[in-house]
Amino acid sequence: MDPVLLLTQVLNGLQFGVMLFLMAAGLTLIFGVMNLINLAHGSLYMMGAYLAATLQQKTGSFIAAIFLAIPLTVLLGMLVETLALRRLYNRDHLDQVLATYGLILFFNELVRMVWGPQAYFMALPQFLSHHIQIFSGLTYPVYRLVIIGVGLGVGAGLYGLIHHTRLGMLIRAGASNREMVNALGVNIRLLYTLVFGLGAALAGLAGMLAGPLMSVEVGMGEPILILAFVVIVIGGIGSIQGAFFAAVLVGVADTFGRVLLPPGLASMGIYILMAGVLCWRPEGLFPAQRT
Amino acid sequence: MTFRTFSYLVFIGFFMTLPLWADVFHTRLFTRILIFALLALSLDLVVGYGGMVSFGHAAFFGTGAYMTGMMSLHGITDALVVWPAAAGAAMLIALPIGALSLRTRGAYFIMITLAFAQMAYYFASGLETFGGSDGMRLLARNTIAGKEILVRHDFFYYAAAGSLAAAFLLCRRLTRSRFGLILGGIRQNEKRMQSLGYATYPYQLTCFVISAALAGLAGALMANETLYISPSYLHWTQSGHALVMVILGGLGTLAGPVLGAIVLLLLEEILSAFTQHWMIVLGPLLILVVLYARGGLHGLWPQKKVSHATTP
Repeated sequence: MDPVLLLTQVLNGLQFGVMLFLMAAGLTLIFGVMNLINLAHGSLYMMGAYLAATLQQKTGSFIAAIFLAIPLTVLLGMLVETLALRRLYNRDHLDQVLATYGLILFFNELVRMVWGPQAYFMALPQFLSHHIQIFSGLTYPVYRLVIIGVGLGVGAGLYGLIHHTRLGMLIRAGASNREMVNALGVNIRLLYTLVFGLGAALAGLAGMLAGPLMSVEVGMGEPILILAFVVIVIGGIGSIQGAFFAAVLVGVADTFGRVLLPPGLASMGIYILMAGVLCWRPEGLFPAQRT
Repeated sequence: MTFRTFSYLVFIGFFMTLPLWADVFHTRLFTRILIFALLALSLDLVVGYGGMVSFGHAAFFGTGAYMTGMMSLHGITDALVVWPAAAGAAMLIALPIGALSLRTRGAYFIMITLAFAQMAYYFASGLETFGGSDGMRLLARNTIAGKEILVRHDFFYYAAAGSLAAAFLLCRRLTRSRFGLILGGIRQNEKRMQSLGYATYPYQLTCFVISAALAGLAGALMANETLYISPSYLHWTQSGHALVMVILGGLGTLAGPVLGAIVLLLLEEILSAFTQHWMIVLGPLLILVVLYARGGLHGLWPQKKVSHATTP
């Protein structure tokens, strides 16, 4: 493989990896803090994409659509949390899987009713739709570089939020001992709703960023949801740091798998990777420290 | 006669006589219901009795269906050979999957079984001899001892009903045996069973593999009913669908999954007659069942005694 192709594939893998990270970060945060397996995370991804696509048609601006759609997705996420998911935190995983599976059915059908079964396509603004020359012989789409930048920025922001702010401290405290934090006078319900909103924002953002790369359609959240689960299981459930490294690993491995392996095997590649990691380290690569 | 016995008799009588008075459409609908009931029953063995939340049961269902298709390509169409082979193939697949997955617990187990099922799904999508992701039509239903009697929908209905009844009795026998009691002990407290000197791993793996065999049989039956195999048999929503039946009917009971399959599929049938957007009703309904009807529909039934297999 020549170096230009190699570098292109590394960038593709990185871009896919940070998309996965945006999904996986919310998923692993919600699991780590609230102990909730949220299958409906993919629905928030889909809703984010649909809201952004609609707002882009209304406002004519991609950037404005994203900045308007994120708060809407957060509101939607918090609404879902308050109405349904809040009651599931103390249930076993099976109940959570089932109720959030019900949410998937609901959202898929809702989208089909409101937006119709046809796929939407989001156009990129001029300044994002061209290619940029990184060095001679290698040109790369600006938009994909922007995604990588946004993903890395969000990762750094999340790290700062969780480890260096008061809210982050409360989130970490809530993850290790809910009753204690509650007894110290922190409104844990509100905290959980906020964490869910944060997760929804990340999922929605991932959906919006994916909009111009692939079509916005019913059920678009499910394949990436399952990949995000693979990521958080490889990274260690509850660990944002683990999610980041696992997301990049999965993104790069999947991209190279598609180039190097025969098609049938390529789709299986990351699942084989996951099975291998779990056989080697059943708790994932970076298990979250629990006290 | 108690109400409970009476309701069971009415229930069995209804299903025994159904093809005699129902039209072809309803006979086939109930054939599908019975097949899904078999799938749900097999899943309940793992989830309800074994305490292992498998989210990849579609892999074994699909293996059974693909085995049926593969044997028909090679001219082997006798059900007496094909159906046991389908169950056996599912067991062969389940053995390594279970052996690896059982190294993990809890949420990790859910995810790794899902991952294996996805692997199987993509593997099936890549099988060009079976039409890849489009799937493949089968020429005819399996024969029994060389006779083409399953062509008749009512005979095939009885074949499905017989398979379900046999599986039901097998599961009843199994869950009440020493094996089943140990399995129940592991579900409730694995550490304690280990301290008592039981090697828990082989028991769980055996349960997983037996369950896969029944799911494989269900897959073979489904391939016969629809005369069509495709990767959709292995899709993760298929696993989710089966889990819904189990929870809806009642986890950790034998009648529960059967009841769940009947109610869910009839509900889908009825709702879809009213509106094509029936899932918008089904989704929230599912959430309500999870939130408020713990123990599922079977829990609403008058009970003789509290089932010893309840969720921990």
